[in-house]
Amino acid sequence: MLSQEFMRNALLAGTFIALACGISGWFVVLRGQVFAGDALSHVAFPGALAAAAAGADERVGLVLGTVAAGAAIGVLGRGALAWRGARTSAALPADDAAIGIAFTFILGLGLFFLTRFSTSTGGGSGIAAARTLFGSIFGLGGGEARLAAVVALAVTIVTLTIARPLLFASVSAEAAGARGVPTRLLGVGFLVLLGVVAAEATQAVGALLLLGLLAAPGAAAHRLAGSPAAGIALAGALALAAMWGGLVLAYAVPSLPPSSAVIAIAAGIYYLSRILT
Amino acid sequence: MPTATLMPADGANPQLSWNLVRDVGQLLEYHFMINALLAAGIVAVMAGVVGWVMILRRETFAGHTLSMMAFPGASAAALLGVPAAWGYFAFCGAGALAIRRPVEGGRGSWSEESAGIGVFQASALAVGFLFVSLYGGVLGDLESLLFGNLLGISDGQVLVLAAVAAGALALLGALARPLLFASVDPDVAGARGVPVGALSVAFLLVLGMAVAATSQITGPLLVFALLVAPAASAQAITARPAAGLALTVVLGLAVSWIGLGLSYFSVYPAGFFIATISFALYLLVRVLAAALRSRRPQRLTPAPAPPPRGVIA
Repeated sequence: MLSQEFMRNALLAGTFIALACGISGWFVVLRGQVFAGDALSHVAFPGALAAAAAGADERVGLVLGTVAAGAAIGVLGRGALAWRGARTSAALPADDAAIGIAFTFILGLGLFFLTRFSTSTGGGSGIAAARTLFGSIFGLGGGEARLAAVVALAVTIVTLTIARPLLFASVSAEAAGARGVPTRLLGVGFLVLLGVVAAEATQAVGALLLLGLLAAPGAAAHRLAGSPAAGIALAGALALAAMWGGLVLAYAVPSLPPSSAVIAIAAGIYYLSRILT
Repeated sequence: MPTATLMPADGANPQLSWNLVRDVGQLLEYHFMINALLAAGIVAVMAGVVGWVMILRRETFAGHTLSMMAFPGASAAALLGVPAAWGYFAFCGAGALAIRRPVEGGRGSWSEESAGIGVFQASALAVGFLFVSLYGGVLGDLESLLFGNLLGISDGQVLVLAAVAAGALALLGALARPLLFASVDPDVAGARGVPVGALSVAFLLVLGMAVAATSQITGPLLVFALLVAPAASAQAITARPAAGLALTVVLGLAVSWIGLGLSYFSVYPAGFFIATISFALYLLVRVLAAALRSRRPQRLTPAPAPPPRGVIA
């Protein structure tokens, strides 16, 4: 299996993307931002298609689109998206609706670019769209895989560096703010990081499925681990297990797409954790 | 910025002609277009009403996830060789039951609940992608699976849509009072003997049906345009249920028909126009509401639960 170059590339990129997804996913679940993560992941699709329609590298569009969306949600979210312990938060509905409408509009733009792209190139758009929506980790070249690994590693390191203040700000925004932690800056910064993670993970599992890699290991770790440090480590490990297991499974069963296999294992881990706890 | 030019300026559209009657006449020339307009109208009414309750109940994420169920539904139907509508309704209905269950089991916080919904959504989409690749060679159709197809709607489909809409609206009407009560204040409603849990399952089922029907028009990715935007705009304008519902229906009809009309006269799909007009409408309403609020003598608290009373527009 490891003698195949595409498999080595997939494992290299997949390993670091899974780590980044798992660790940032733990914070996403802690901060109650799964819906925001969902919106970010869908924004990857129009971003990539806009770049494709303009003739640029799809990855540039991906990163620009998701990072801009992350910053926008962070700035416009008025803190309602930051920490909200209970569902009774009064600020919740308006923001949820606003996120929903905004990303529907952006998806509509994606449809616009898809039409533009297919009328300008004639064919091939279906494949480009499918690749963005569902990923194609087995199609990564050596250079692409190395770049994805480096970026994902960098995001992981940055996330771990800001882990302490971010954790404080997530659990108790007021106390953290009183102690001089820049909670607002952290909130926006985290969403921008999440945008980079979304762009990276889109290449592996696709814009529609990366939510699974983000939410499932994080949520399972929240159920299983007691302390934050253990939870973060466990989330990374579970995401890694899902990625490796999915890649191997997809290699063994050729009709099984790798992204479906990865998400299936991630979701399986989550449901198992529900049963266990 | 395309939003500015796409605003429904009294229905007049400079790209066409200034003669509105002739434009509408052109629209109604073909039978498929009449079917599309009928279907879009039915869906707009149903999605608007259901969406209004959905926003009130803060179940936007659940609605989004249910709308995504249409994708595995349609691909499963394609794989099995049955009509796509069966897949839509089966998967959206099953999704409604699956989403509700975990929440009732363990009393979790919002973040945990949304994590569960998110995982469920991703796994359903993964299954859908598996079906698509098992089916093989439908990549060209992926676009219409995800973004819907308005122009190929048969008379029979319009009838099915009308029946589903009538059923969903009748059920909502029958449940209206307890459902409103349970949505606004679940604790008090539960204490007064209202079956909050059963109502929430019933509503998610109605939502699933509405979303399944809407998916055929706008595709699962853009369902939100008709489900959320008219309702959210109406709720920003008025908090009264009757006025809000009426306004939602009017806005929904306007958005879907104008979007459909514009797509008829251009190369771009209806979903794009419907999503863009919805977004512009919502932005406009929010800006107007904010402007009006800031002109009042004393400022309201930053995050009031109900939008300010009284009609703004």
